[in-house]
Amino acid sequence: MDTNAHASAPPGAPSHDAPARSVLEAPDIARALTRIAHEIVERAKGAGDVVLLGIPTRGVFLARRLGEKLRGITGHPVPVGSLDITMYRDDLRLRPARALARTDIPGEGIDGGLVVLVDDVLFSGRTIRAALDALNDIGRPRAVQLAVLVDRGHRELPIRADYVGKNIPTSLRETVKVLLTEEDGRDGVLLGTRPAA
Amino acid sequence: MSEAPARRRAEAKDTSGMASGMNDTGQRTGAHGAQDTAGGAGRTLIRGARLLGGSPTDVLIEGERIAEIGHHLGAAGAVTVDAGGLILLPGLVDLHTHLREPGREDSETVLTGTRAAARGGYTAVHAMANTFPVADTAGVVEQVWRLGRESGYCDVQPVGAVTVGLGGEQLAELGAMHDSAAGVVVFSDDGRCVDDAVIMRRALEYVKAFDGVIAQHAQEPRLTADAQMNEGVVSAELGLGGWPAVAEEAIIARDVLLAAHVGSRLHVCHLSTAGSVELVRWAKSKGWRVTAEVTPHHLLLTDELVRSFDPVYKVNPPLRTENDVLALREALADGTIDCVATDHAPHPFEDKDCEWGAAAMGMVGLETALSVVQHTMVDTGLLDWAAVASRMSARPAAIGRLAGHGRPVAPGEPANLTLLDPAYRGVVDPAHFASRSRNSPYRGLELPGRVTHTFLRGRATVQDGELV
Amino acid sequence: MKRHLVSAADLTRDDALLILDTAEELTRVADRPIKKLPTLRGRTVVNLFFEDSTRTRISFEAAAKRLSADVINFSAKGSSVSKGESLKDTALTLEAMGADAVVIRHHDSGAPHRLATSGWIGGCVVNAGDGTHEHPTQALLDAFTLRRRLADGPRRGIGADLSGRRVTIVGDILHSRVARSNIHLLTTLGAEVTVVAPPTLLPVGIERWPCEVSYDLDAVLPKSDAVMMLRVQRERMNAAFFPTEREYARRYGLHGGRMARMPAHALVMHPGPMNRGMEITAEVADSPRCTAVEQVAGGVSVRMAVLYLLLGGAEPAVSTPRTEETQ
Repeated sequence: MDTNAHASAPPGAPSHDAPARSVLEAPDIARALTRIAHEIVERAKGAGDVVLLGIPTRGVFLARRLGEKLRGITGHPVPVGSLDITMYRDDLRLRPARALARTDIPGEGIDGGLVVLVDDVLFSGRTIRAALDALNDIGRPRAVQLAVLVDRGHRELPIRADYVGKNIPTSLRETVKVLLTEEDGRDGVLLGTRPAA
Repeated sequence: MSEAPARRRAEAKDTSGMASGMNDTGQRTGAHGAQDTAGGAGRTLIRGARLLGGSPTDVLIEGERIAEIGHHLGAAGAVTVDAGGLILLPGLVDLHTHLREPGREDSETVLTGTRAAARGGYTAVHAMANTFPVADTAGVVEQVWRLGRESGYCDVQPVGAVTVGLGGEQLAELGAMHDSAAGVVVFSDDGRCVDDAVIMRRALEYVKAFDGVIAQHAQEPRLTADAQMNEGVVSAELGLGGWPAVAEEAIIARDVLLAAHVGSRLHVCHLSTAGSVELVRWAKSKGWRVTAEVTPHHLLLTDELVRSFDPVYKVNPPLRTENDVLALREALADGTIDCVATDHAPHPFEDKDCEWGAAAMGMVGLETALSVVQHTMVDTGLLDWAAVASRMSARPAAIGRLAGHGRPVAPGEPANLTLLDPAYRGVVDPAHFASRSRNSPYRGLELPGRVTHTFLRGRATVQDGELV
Repeated sequence: MKRHLVSAADLTRDDALLILDTAEELTRVADRPIKKLPTLRGRTVVNLFFEDSTRTRISFEAAAKRLSADVINFSAKGSSVSKGESLKDTALTLEAMGADAVVIRHHDSGAPHRLATSGWIGGCVVNAGDGTHEHPTQALLDAFTLRRRLADGPRRGIGADLSGRRVTIVGDILHSRVARSNIHLLTTLGAEVTVVAPPTLLPVGIERWPCEVSYDLDAVLPKSDAVMMLRVQRERMNAAFFPTEREYARRYGLHGGRMARMPAHALVMHPGPMNRGMEITAEVADSPRCTAVEQVAGGVSVRMAVLYLLLGGAEPAVSTPRTEETQ
C-alpha cells in the first residue's frame, strides 16, 4: 500500500471530479501476477529461498496469490507473510495515530533468504523505505526485491521495483485504486481524479 | 466612587458583572469623605423602592436613622436615589464570616472583607475565631472589633473561640470576651468541632450567664479522618475520602440533647444534610433553644461538581446531594433553618490552584449570597422578600443579639438598608470582587440580582453597585 | 481516543479494543532480535512519580524506550515543597522541558485529572495510578491477559471483547484504584463483574456501580471465568476494617481448596505485589492458573500501545468499530 495513493482516496471520500476509469480488469491482474511469478522463479533460480512479504492491506493478498502461483510453477510451497510498516512511516505526525496491521514473519524467518516485498502500488517509494527499515529490525536476508502490481511513477526516493505488473503513467492529480476480491469484492485497478482541494 | 455624580440613577444595567469594576484590595481611599454623594450624614431620599418586595414606597433617611416612610415624600435638601424596581431590605447580617485578620492577611483583611460584605448588601458580619492568633482572648476579639469599626464599611462582631486555641480541651475565657469592648455573644470553634461532650456541655452551660450561644461546627472527627468530599456515590467513584452525613448528624443529635438538658442556646453552623434538617426540626418541635444556618452554596451546589476535581468546590462541610439541597431549601422556607450564613472563607490563589487533596477547604460568598438566595429561594417561589429579610437580617441579628441590626424598616430605626435590583442578571466574575480572594464556586455562572446600594447607619457604603 | 488517559471510563469499547489489539501486535516486538521501534523518536515521555512504584515505573520506562522515546524519570517523593506547590511547579518545569507525555503516579485521587485540565502542561497525561481513584493501564493489561487466556484459537482474541465473561474482584475495593478501573473497563468490554469483600472494604454508594456485590466468596467462585485477587494491606486491620489477618484470609483469601471450586478454565489474577498467606496462598500464587507474571509482561505491551496511540500521530488515534477478524 503506497501512502500517497491511498491518502488521496480515503474510504468513504466524496466521489471524484471525474468517474474513475478502469485500467486493469481481473484477467489482466491474474496475467500480471503469473508473469511476475515466472520472473521471480527465473531470477531467483528456482525460488528455493524466496520469502514473500506482503505490505498490508492489499500487498498481503497479492503476496498470497503470488505464493500460490509460485507453488504451481515450482511444485513446492513458498513461505508467505506480512510486514506492517506503520511504526516505521515517515509521515506519522501528519495524521492521527493509526491502528497497526499484522506482521507475520513465516516460521522459517528471513535470515539468508531472498525476501520479495509485495505491494499494490508503487508511488513515492516512502512505504518501501519504511519496509526496508522494518525488515532491518527483523533479520538479515540475502537480498531484498520488490514486486508491485502497479508502478505509477513520481518517485521521491531512489527506489525501483524488480517486478512490475503494469506501469501506469499518471499525473499527481490522479489516483490509483487497486481492488482485490479478498478486500473489495472484485479485482480491478481504477484511475481517478483527486477532488480539487 | 467619589467621582460618581450625586444623582446617578440607581440603575442596574451598567458595567461589569455581579459586582462591578471595583478591584481595590484594601487601600483606604478616603472615599468616606465623599459625603456629597447619596448617603451623606444628612438626608437621603430613596424614591420608589419596593419595601420588602411590596409596592413602591419612599424612604427618607435623616442622619443615622430612618425618618419617614410614605409616598411622595418631599426631598428638600436630600440626596435622591431613584430606586424604581429595586427591592429594599434591611441591611443583611452574616453570622458566619472568615475575615482572616489577624494572621492570614494574604487571603483577606477586615477591611477587604467588610468591603466585600458591603458589596453583598451586608451591614454587619460575625468574624469567626479561627485566626492566627485564635480569637480566644479579650485582646484578640477587641482588635478585630476595632478594625471593623475603623473600616467603616460594615459592623464587625467578633465570634469568640469556645476553647483555647480551638484545641477542644480547655474553655477559653468566654466571660472576658463577653465583657470586652467587643461584647462577644456568639462562641464557636468553627473549622473544628467541639467534639468532647463534656466540654460542649460546659460551654453551653457557661454562656447562659450572659445569654451567649455556642455555634457548633458539627463534624465528628473520627468519622471524617482524611475526608475530602461528601461520602456517597460520587466519592465512591472518585476514590476520594468520604465525609459522611452521619458525622454531622451524630454531633447535632448529641448537641440538641445537651442543649435541652442544660437549657442553653445552641446554634448549628452550616447545616448540610437532609438528616440534619430532621434533627433540628425535631429539636425545635420540642421547644428547645436551637437555631441553625445554611450557606448559599449548600442551597445550590452538589457533590456532582467534584467530578471536575477542581478544588474551588472543596468546602467543609462538603457539597452534598440534590436531595440534601432540596431539603435545605425547604427547611429554610419553613423556618426550620433560621438563617442564611455565608461561611465566607477566602483562600489565596495558590491554595486552590493545586490538586484536590492538597487544596484548602472553603469558598468566598459575601458578594454572591443574596444572588444565590434569590436564585434558589425567591425565583423558585419558596421565599418572598419579606422572608428573605427575616432569614438574612432579622434572625441572624437576633441569634447574635446584635443591637441596631436586623431591625424593621420603620421610622426611628437605624438606617441599615440594602437595595437590590432583582431584574439584573450577570455572570459571576471573581476578578471584580472586593474580597482579596477569588475562590468562588460561581465563577462563570449566571445569577440574578445585584446589590445597588448599601447604607450603614444612613451612610452609603455601596452606591450604584460600587463601593463608596 | 481522548488526548489523555486519566480514567478507564475515558475509553469507549472501540478505544479499548484498539489498545488491546495494538498491544497484541506489539507483543511480538519482544520476540524479535531488535526489540525497539523507531516510532516515538524525538518524543519525550516523563515518568512523574509522587509515590514509589518501581514496577509501574519500569514498565512505562521499558514501553517508552522500546518506542525510542526519550524518557525522563522524575521522582518527586520526599520533596521539601508542599504537595500542592510541587505538582504545579513540577508540571511547569516539565512543560518548559518540552514533555510530550507525562506519566503520573500520585497519592491524591484526581491529581492526573487536575494535571490534564489545569492548563499547566500541553502534553498528554497518562494516569499511572492516583490515590484510591484509578489505574487505567493496569485495567488494560488485566483485560489483555484475560482476553489472551480465555480466547480460543491462535488469534489470541484479537478484535474480540469480553462479552459474557464473568470476572470476580476480591478484596479491598474501597481503597483500590485497580478495582475502580477494572470495573469500568471490564464492563465496557462486555464482561460481568462481581465484587467480593467484607462490607467494611466496599465503598458507600457501590450499589450504583455496574457490578454485583457479594460477601460470600465461595458462592461466587464456581461462576467465575477469572478471579482477581486484590492486595490487602495489613495496616487496614489497625483501622478496624477487619478483625485479624487470619480471619480475613479465612473468609476472603484464595487457597487451593477454593481454587478447586473454580471452573477448570478459570484464571487467578493478581496485580501484585502479592501478600502470600493473606489474600492468596503460595499454592495458588504458584499454580499455572495464576497469571501474575503474565500480567507484568503484558503491561509493557499495553503501555507501548497507549503511548503509541496517544503520541504516535499528529493527534491521538481515532478508533473505528472493530469486529473480530476472521482468518
